[in-house]
Amino acid sequence: MAQTNHNRPILDIRDLHVSVGDNEILRGMDLSVSLGEVHAIMGPNGSGKSTFTNVVAGRPGYTITKGEIIYEGESILGMFPDERARKGIFLALQYPVELPGIRNREFLRTALEALREARGETKLAIREFNKFLEEKAKAMDFEPDLMKRNVNEGFSGGEKKRNEILQMSVLDPKLALLDETDSGLDIDALKVVSRGVNEFRGPDKAIVLVTHYQRILNYIKPDFVHVLIEGRIVRSGGSDLAQELEAQGYEWLREPPEQAA
Amino acid sequence: MTQTPTAAATDRYVDQFNALREEREKEPLWLRDLRREAFDYFQRMGWPIDEKRDEAWKYTDVKPIARASFRLPDAPGAALTDEDIVRLLPFDEGMSRVVFIDGHYAPEVSRIRQPDHASVRRLKEAIQQDESFVHGHLARYSAPHHDASVALNTTFFRDGVFIYTDRPLSAPVHVVYVTSEHADPVVTYPRTLVVAGTNAEVTLIESYVSLGTRNHFTDPVTEIALGEGSHVTHYRLLLENTDSYSIGHVRPCLGPDSTYKSVVYEAGSGLMRLDLEVLIEGPGAFADLRGLYLTRGKQHLDNLVSIDHAKPHGKSRLYYKGILDDESRAVFGGTVYVQPGADKTDAYQEDKNLLLSDRAEADSKPSLEIYADDVKCGHGATAGAVADEAIFYLRSRGIDEQTASRLLIKGFASEILDEVGIEALRVFLEERTTQSLPRFQAGLAA
Repeated sequence: MAQTNHNRPILDIRDLHVSVGDNEILRGMDLSVSLGEVHAIMGPNGSGKSTFTNVVAGRPGYTITKGEIIYEGESILGMFPDERARKGIFLALQYPVELPGIRNREFLRTALEALREARGETKLAIREFNKFLEEKAKAMDFEPDLMKRNVNEGFSGGEKKRNEILQMSVLDPKLALLDETDSGLDIDALKVVSRGVNEFRGPDKAIVLVTHYQRILNYIKPDFVHVLIEGRIVRSGGSDLAQELEAQGYEWLREPPEQAA
Repeated sequence: MTQTPTAAATDRYVDQFNALREEREKEPLWLRDLRREAFDYFQRMGWPIDEKRDEAWKYTDVKPIARASFRLPDAPGAALTDEDIVRLLPFDEGMSRVVFIDGHYAPEVSRIRQPDHASVRRLKEAIQQDESFVHGHLARYSAPHHDASVALNTTFFRDGVFIYTDRPLSAPVHVVYVTSEHADPVVTYPRTLVVAGTNAEVTLIESYVSLGTRNHFTDPVTEIALGEGSHVTHYRLLLENTDSYSIGHVRPCLGPDSTYKSVVYEAGSGLMRLDLEVLIEGPGAFADLRGLYLTRGKQHLDNLVSIDHAKPHGKSRLYYKGILDDESRAVFGGTVYVQPGADKTDAYQEDKNLLLSDRAEADSKPSLEIYADDVKCGHGATAGAVADEAIFYLRSRGIDEQTASRLLIKGFASEILDEVGIEALRVFLEERTTQSLPRFQAGLAA
């Protein structure tokens, strides 16, 4: 098996500045993520958490005014979202999109085929794929019938989020970005989602989990916690930082207004 | 004397009407009276423009039609071969086919499978041979004073198709109304009359196509009478060029326990209005109406659908979907009327649109007017789910843009096209759907 270099980061964010329209959301963000690591990015609403995950995944609508996103040693700024996905980046969306008329099974099969082709792997026979998907769906507590339904159409909030984690588990990326996957989940759904993430976790995977609340970190223990406020990481630490935030909120980490430089 | 352009255009109709006097004199008296009545109505009312433009025409301006002069072609402007038809419309193997080119019957490409107990023929022939029967039905459902386009069709129609049966008709009937390329704009007035007797079954496909790219006007009327317990499946394909105009009326009248299923597919025309006016005339009747419209460029397609529940225990379902690109516009006006006494009516209508461009516009106005008790009615509309979100979602999973777009459009359309029971037709429409949105041939990124 190939040796994994844990010292070289899989994702390296350098002085990233991102705007939406005239609004600067990220204002010099730095972050380095290596394989085998789970990073949690926490922060209040509007701090730029979702912008960060979307920009790494290549979502249109954001302007990168400065800085770099280095993935596996190369800049991915000019790449389309599908190219990034084929290189192993996965984003679990905060608001998964409904796709009328596209069945879950068809969606996942098309995506998996695209990724397998990019990885130089052979096509899965339909029967193999169905068996594979069935096992994965079972692990996420999905009724087999749900795979025949249109993607996210008529799904509950919890089902949509579980579906994101199912996609992650089927598509098997190297870097998973989870954008507030915990929001809107009841405790049972949260446990299922966390179980999925923990099963995915491993020495050749990197996870960046973006959340507003500490709650999910009781189930997915991060190696690093970062606090994002006003588009910058203002504090990094171990998993105990999350507890501290839970107890004290974010206010104490805000920069005091214009103190003497 | 100065004349407004509109008055001049109306004079053109008078000239055309007078020019056809000789032809009319060969027709039965009742038909001559009908045409006279229709033309009087048109002269009195004209097109619904300017101050005559009421609520029903709020979103669609027919001035380009009202102000233009269209010539009635004396003879077909082109000849077609069987291969031409198969190339244009590759789905009618084994069906009866009746073709009209520029309003004139084209026997060389028509083939009518004449079954027993049924009559499938040209309307002109039926008027001569089955005069009293046709007299009992023609213009009975689509009255000449319905509006300007029906009045003009009634005044000027030359021919069309007549179907009568009181048994299940084994083969579908494919009616093709072709307009060929002319140097000046021409008009055709296709007329289709279907009378399904008690327990009869009929499948009708109407295809409207242009051979050229120049402007022309089509003003079709289709009347369908459904006897007790009969089933009519009606596909209507609008594939005319995007510089053409089409203002049509489809009028199914449903007898007791009859079933009318329609799928309208609209990918052509520059300015279109289709007025589908369903009458639930007998108790227990069922209307299932589906529509898929695809617009791009500057196309303007307007679907006005009304379902009139006049009798109890009726059921209607309406699902229309639109995919809009560029600066195109789609209008959907759907009304369910439940008349006093039409108790136990069960009606639902829904119109959904997918916008591929932020300059495209969908106006969707479903409404209910209920005057009966104990009814179950509902409606829904989505004016514009923008495709970008869905495209990003698919691409973020590794699916390239072209595949993502195809999946999305095919998926969105499938809820309508899956209802097409004739496989060759369904395959044709699926292919046509992805081809109709050329930007997805090349991909958005290009």
